[in-house]
Amino acid sequence: MKHLLSTRDLDRATALQILDVAEDMAATQQREVKKLPTLRGKTVVNLFFEDSTRTRISFEAAAKRLSADVINFAAKGSSVSKGESLQDTAQTLEAIGADGIVLRHPASGAPAVLAGSGWIAASVVNAGDGTHEHPTQALLDTFTLRRRIHGDGSRGRDLDGVRVLIVGDILHSRVARSNVWLLSTLGAQVSLVGPPTLVPFGIGDWPVTVGHDLDAALADTAFDAVMMLRVQTERMADAFFPSSREYSSNWGLTAARFMVLPEHAVVMHPGPMNRGFEIASGAADSPRSTVREQVANGVATRMAALYLTLTGGAQ
Amino acid sequence: MAVRTVLQQADITRALTRVAHEILEANRGSAGLVLLGIPTRGVELAERLGALLTEFAGMPGWSCPVGSLDVTMYRDDLGRNPVRSPAPTRLPSEGVDGRTVVLVDDVLYSGRTIRAALDALADHGRPAAVRLAVLVDRGHRELPIRPDFVGKNLPSAASERVNVLLTGTDGSDAVTIGDGAE
Amino acid sequence: MTAYVLVGARLADGTATDLLLDGGVIAEVGSGLSRAGATRIDADGLLALPGLVDLHTHLRQPGGEGAETVLSGTRAAAAGGYTAVSAMANTDPVADTASVVEQVQALGEAAGYATVRPIGAVTRGLAGESLADIGSMARSRARVRMFSDDGVCVADPLIMRRALEYIRGFGGVLAQHAQEPRLTIGAQLNEGPTSAELGLAGWPAVAEEAIIARDVLLAQHTGARLHVCHLSTAGSVELIRWAKGRGIAVTAEVTPHHLLLTDRLAQGYDARFKVNPPLRADEDVAAVRAGLADGTIDAVATDHAPHPDDSKTCEWGAAANGMVGLESALSVVHQAMVETGLLDWAGVERVMSRAPARIGDIRGHGEPIGVGAAPELVLYDPSAREDFGLGRLAGASRNSPYLGRSLPGRVVATFHRGAPTVLAGAVLDADEVASRA
Repeated sequence: MKHLLSTRDLDRATALQILDVAEDMAATQQREVKKLPTLRGKTVVNLFFEDSTRTRISFEAAAKRLSADVINFAAKGSSVSKGESLQDTAQTLEAIGADGIVLRHPASGAPAVLAGSGWIAASVVNAGDGTHEHPTQALLDTFTLRRRIHGDGSRGRDLDGVRVLIVGDILHSRVARSNVWLLSTLGAQVSLVGPPTLVPFGIGDWPVTVGHDLDAALADTAFDAVMMLRVQTERMADAFFPSSREYSSNWGLTAARFMVLPEHAVVMHPGPMNRGFEIASGAADSPRSTVREQVANGVATRMAALYLTLTGGAQ
Repeated sequence: MAVRTVLQQADITRALTRVAHEILEANRGSAGLVLLGIPTRGVELAERLGALLTEFAGMPGWSCPVGSLDVTMYRDDLGRNPVRSPAPTRLPSEGVDGRTVVLVDDVLYSGRTIRAALDALADHGRPAAVRLAVLVDRGHRELPIRPDFVGKNLPSAASERVNVLLTGTDGSDAVTIGDGAE
Repeated sequence: MTAYVLVGARLADGTATDLLLDGGVIAEVGSGLSRAGATRIDADGLLALPGLVDLHTHLRQPGGEGAETVLSGTRAAAAGGYTAVSAMANTDPVADTASVVEQVQALGEAAGYATVRPIGAVTRGLAGESLADIGSMARSRARVRMFSDDGVCVADPLIMRRALEYIRGFGGVLAQHAQEPRLTIGAQLNEGPTSAELGLAGWPAVAEEAIIARDVLLAQHTGARLHVCHLSTAGSVELIRWAKGRGIAVTAEVTPHHLLLTDRLAQGYDARFKVNPPLRADEDVAAVRAGLADGTIDAVATDHAPHPDDSKTCEWGAAANGMVGLESALSVVHQAMVETGLLDWAGVERVMSRAPARIGDIRGHGEPIGVGAAPELVLYDPSAREDFGLGRLAGASRNSPYLGRSLPGRVVATFHRGAPTVLAGAVLDADEVASRA
């Protein structure tokens, strides 16, 4: 695997390979000595055109645990303002000798453009591109869910028949897109619920069921996992929904809705959470919430992604 | 392509039996012994050796601790070969601190796998001593590493392929050697 | 001036004939023609069409000479078999005064590759707020007859009404870029399955159709002539069909790329496929083809939009809209319309030469081949087929969506004002062409 650009183009075998390697990586993180020599001599650049301290430190920890040299590069300016061109930046990194580029970019498709450009020889890992995909987030979500379901016997297992509900701003969510493809590829049944204004036009072909009534969805199906998406309050100004109160009362995981979930169902959130808005604190802090595990598993999952993209020469 | 069998099932069993006795002798008994097999086939060999050690030691209530030690993440050739999926590392509950760890592998060749294993082992603890047991030593060492226990010395040309088949992994026991042009 | 005998050309109706170009007209049509001192050109097996006429060309001069100039753009036109192009107004400065349009036309005359008819802006600076110097441009040496804010829509309905009425007074036509701005804020790709998957902000068909619906009603109310630029959706075809059925004075154009390409090409985020209006869905392609075949859509117009490489080799969201199209247009229409049986060559002549000349009031072009007609011609080899390569591009920019794609046919020769601008598939030297101008 030279690049990790999306979950859309991961087949089942490759997806399971990443998750299984992540299991091995997670096992090493239980040891006193957490550092592995695997990527010694390799240089990983975290190239972030968008602020995301959480994702950046997760990748940074992953690369360092694998003994790679890490350079953090916060590029100025979004694609629209034409601050710093992707090509110029990439060529600078190539000259520095980057072996891997972890790219966060506000423009959908920027990692694909970088990987296909011929500007660089380095591997590209998508750390979130616009409203397209965030594949390592979906991999860590799936990893977390698989562990909750299969425990120590997770290796090699898929999510056949697991029912997952994703709630919120699907339209602008790269996390939702990556999860839809990955969960479906692994056999899960995915449902989406959100305000009609925040469900993309043209998802008729997606392997999901789509609804707008959260209570009806919860009453209808015994979900194994409910994934709440972060909602940007700016969407209110753009008239996607009338008010935060209205959003919360219709699509928030309130205490009452949390009570309706099956006993075994887990509550997921990619963070950072808007407590009391899309998710009630009682749900976020309950033992059934995987929020903190997701963060911890993020390091192991990203170690797996870096390992699989940066090793493997003559293929 | 010519392939000939150099060890049959009975030869392998005899070799393992002898190695088990040698380990007990060198260790002056079973005290502190831990066997760690290197995936894939080293793990099965370690389990078989462990069973023999348990039997020969004759210590009621003692069974030889056996685990596996994956060295994938410690290899020095990750950039030269197709990507490898790591295998699980399972350490016996006793751990390795202060123990005499016997690393077990099927074929000893360049010594690079054992170098990686020594690094991996160091990240798990500090054994009192580390020994090396291999079923086949085919020569061509590239590092200053030598085995303590050898099932069979098998001089080979670098171009030849030595294959170890084990019942648990491959369905039957055999060691074969063939020219490289498969 | 040298006379030319084109020997054995086939006309759009299938008849084979020789053509004699002499004295600034097609002097003779028939078999066995010869003239002392004339240059004979073997046209056996080649199709002869009246020179192609483009209603929608971005020549980028003044202000965008890094992407194209009047000279380079008309070279591209000649390479594609065009003998007349309409230069869009969105230059820098904008073509909203007589001096700019006269300058553009003069540059065209000096280059000599094709007739350049400037399009005037509808509103000053394309800002959509106050009218440009429409009357001055109409009465200038450039004799502007088509007005357009192309690149942006004349969105304000009141300004649109006034512009239609005002332009009517000068016998002109308003060419509208139909794009409701509020429905396309940040829009990147046709709104549908591909935009949903790629996470590119959707550009809904309704943003085009809503403006067309409004504008045909305004055209009816004001009695003015409306031309719809680069119509791209099935719904737009329906609206034009309805309007024409009501007798409204509306014409419409479609680009070659909307006849052939769809939004699925965006899947690799290759910005060569980023264009305004965006590439649409299969059903839209089928509808614009049918509309062009049945006359609902009057003309093919290239929307030739050159951009320097660095405006295209970047993230999709940062890339410029537009593709070059002059050099490939005839081959694309050949594939999309002729090979599919939707149009014969007479139909191609209609939509690529005669109708655009009529809509743009471009005199001396789009005349049926016959004795006394203007000597504006293209010779086309319809039997060729090849991968469209950089060698086929003759302008200053390379942002063609067809590079590497197999396309039928090839322009062998183009004649403008009785003299070749392209011979044996190669564009003639600029000095040679300019010396005749």
